[in-house]
Amino acid sequence: MSVLVYTESDQGNFKKAALEAASYGKAIADAMGTTLTALTFKANDVSKLGDYGVDKVLNIDSVNDFNAKIYADAIKKAAENESATVVVLSASADSKYIAPLLAVGLNAGYVPNVVATPSNLNPFTVKRTAFTNKAFCNTEISTPIKIVGVSNNSFGIVEKDAAAQIEAFAPDLTTSSTSVTSIDKANDKVTIADAEVVVSAGRGLKGPENWAMIEELADILGAATACSKPVSDLGWRPHSEHVGQTGKPVATNLYIAIGISGAIQHLAGINASKVKVVINTDPDAPFFKAADYGIVGDAFEVVPKLIEKLKVFKAQNA
Amino acid sequence: MKILVCISHVPDTTSKINFIEDDSKFDSNGVQFVINPNDEFGLTRAMWFKEKQNATIDVVSVGGPETEPTLRKALAIGADAAIRVNASTPDGYSVATHLTEVARKGNYDLIIAGRESIDYNGGMVPGMLAAMLDANFVTNCISLEVEGTTAIAIREIDGGKEILSTVLPLVIGGQKGLVEESDLRIPNMRGIMMARKKPLTVVAPESDNSATNSVSFEKPAARGAVKLVEADNIDELINLLHNEAKVI
Ligand SMILES: Cc1cc2nc3c(=O)[nH]c(=O)nc-3n(C[C@H](O)[C@H](O)[C@H](O)COP(=O)(O)OP(=O)(O)OC[C@H]3O[C@@H](n4cnc5c(N)ncnc54)[C@H](O)[C@@H]3O)c2cc1C
Ligand SMILES: Nc1ncnc2c1ncn2[C@@H]1O[C@H](COP(=O)(O)O)[C@@H](O)[C@H]1O
Repeated sequence: MSVLVYTESDQGNFKKAALEAASYGKAIADAMGTTLTALTFKANDVSKLGDYGVDKVLNIDSVNDFNAKIYADAIKKAAENESATVVVLSASADSKYIAPLLAVGLNAGYVPNVVATPSNLNPFTVKRTAFTNKAFCNTEISTPIKIVGVSNNSFGIVEKDAAAQIEAFAPDLTTSSTSVTSIDKANDKVTIADAEVVVSAGRGLKGPENWAMIEELADILGAATACSKPVSDLGWRPHSEHVGQTGKPVATNLYIAIGISGAIQHLAGINASKVKVVINTDPDAPFFKAADYGIVGDAFEVVPKLIEKLKVFKAQNA
Repeated sequence: MKILVCISHVPDTTSKINFIEDDSKFDSNGVQFVINPNDEFGLTRAMWFKEKQNATIDVVSVGGPETEPTLRKALAIGADAAIRVNASTPDGYSVATHLTEVARKGNYDLIIAGRESIDYNGGMVPGMLAAMLDANFVTNCISLEVEGTTAIAIREIDGGKEILSTVLPLVIGGQKGLVEESDLRIPNMRGIMMARKKPLTVVAPESDNSATNSVSFEKPAARGAVKLVEADNIDELINLLHNEAKVI
């Protein structure tokens, strides 16, 4: 018996979501009275995982590019190696790609979008979001091995003062007839999945030429940019920025919505964010009912002022 | 090319979500059900393959008789035949098991499912189906071209996208981008009339294989009222975000 966490890295560096998954895995391991093993692929500074409660690291150096089938096979073999009964993954795009393949490989029940540690270990019961954040569902996993996908920013990162034992791991892996031919990725930008702050704008901004201030605001806050569905449908912003029930889910610490009315489909997707700020000219915009803080005002006046004030604030608090 | 499009029948996006029987069951009373939006993008892409590359399209849904109007709508949009697996759907694992039975019999080259369904947001059925069939799999798929037995797919990744080359048989988890919003089709009268004559076959499930069980539901706690800040008092907003909410 043990807990296994897949700690995902990007260009060798652990993702924030991976450290959160490790912290979560540690909490389960403690509750079960067992140890936490992490599986990594070609990560730098693997010893750092000890700081998040990992007891043992299995590091695979031989796998090249990301391939969901091969990675799922490696995680399966690590789970078998460690006799893991619980496997924890994050909510990154790659982890969500791997998880269902792994579930079949291990004959294991998989619950994604989990927001808390198990309320019960036997039967193993976790709380997850459902109906795109319009509800929570308490779900039991009945198989001997359980796979949990932890929602972003739901558990947080918990630092420990411990040391991890590191082992090279070189299982025989399956092959795949799927291969990546090219990747198009902005490495200097914060992604919606990894962001702690998201600055999002809607049709109230009138046109794509007005996004410079949104990007500047995001830049100051170290935030990712997002948009409402019509904005991406109109081609003002890329589809990858569309958030909501039919777009990307957002679960950040701070979500700033500018010129977005707050339609039910938009709110469903961003509701899991902890603090919501709305800037809208219309005091009756539905978004004000779902927000923590609001300014009734014109984005074209409020946002430039907010940028100036934040610059001063950042300079003082640097 | 033989295509299977997996259709999940879900509450319309505007639905209010409520529960009954001590919060143990979803209350479908008064709820309008639709084709899962991600599946609608997939079905529309399948129509492109039908019209441009002579593909045939079967649609399948696992569920009770209540899912039949949703399947009829898919037929009216242009699918050739529909299959309903008459089973309850305790979880994604069991749905994938039933879809595997249908997929094995039909010998499909391409199976188009959605990235996730908007009811349980599992995002697991297509991947499980691919693994059970030992087929190739691409999820978060925003573009798909097929030439002979090779497929070129684009997958959305965190912060960008990647192009993948793969071979049939292939399962995808599709989403917007596969086709644009403006490409979606509303069934016309002729389509609706023709759909009535197209076959909708009901098959019995062969085995059950669930791995998880939804025991109870909760609604998010009601939130406090919004704190409004005057538009000329941005300092106050920054103060609240810093000292009260502690998010900046
Ligand atoms: C099946 C389905 C799925 C959907 N999925 C999604 C989804 O995933 N995500 C999503 O976002 N939407 C989704 N929608 C669309 C949704 O219903 C709304 O139409 C959409 O969210 C509205 O976008 P918006 O708020 O940008 O635009 P609008 O509703 O046009 O709102 C613009 C807002 O800007 C304000 N405004 C105008 N000028 C200014 C100014 N100068 N300064 C400040 N504020 C200003 C206005 O008061 C208004 O509130 C979906 C719809 C359907 C039918
Ligand atoms: N009951 C079902 N019948 C047919 N297809 C389904 C069913 N449930 C899910 N799917 C397919 O799997 C996709 C992802 O669903 P899920 O894993 O439930 O999020 C959906 O978009 C559908 O294409």
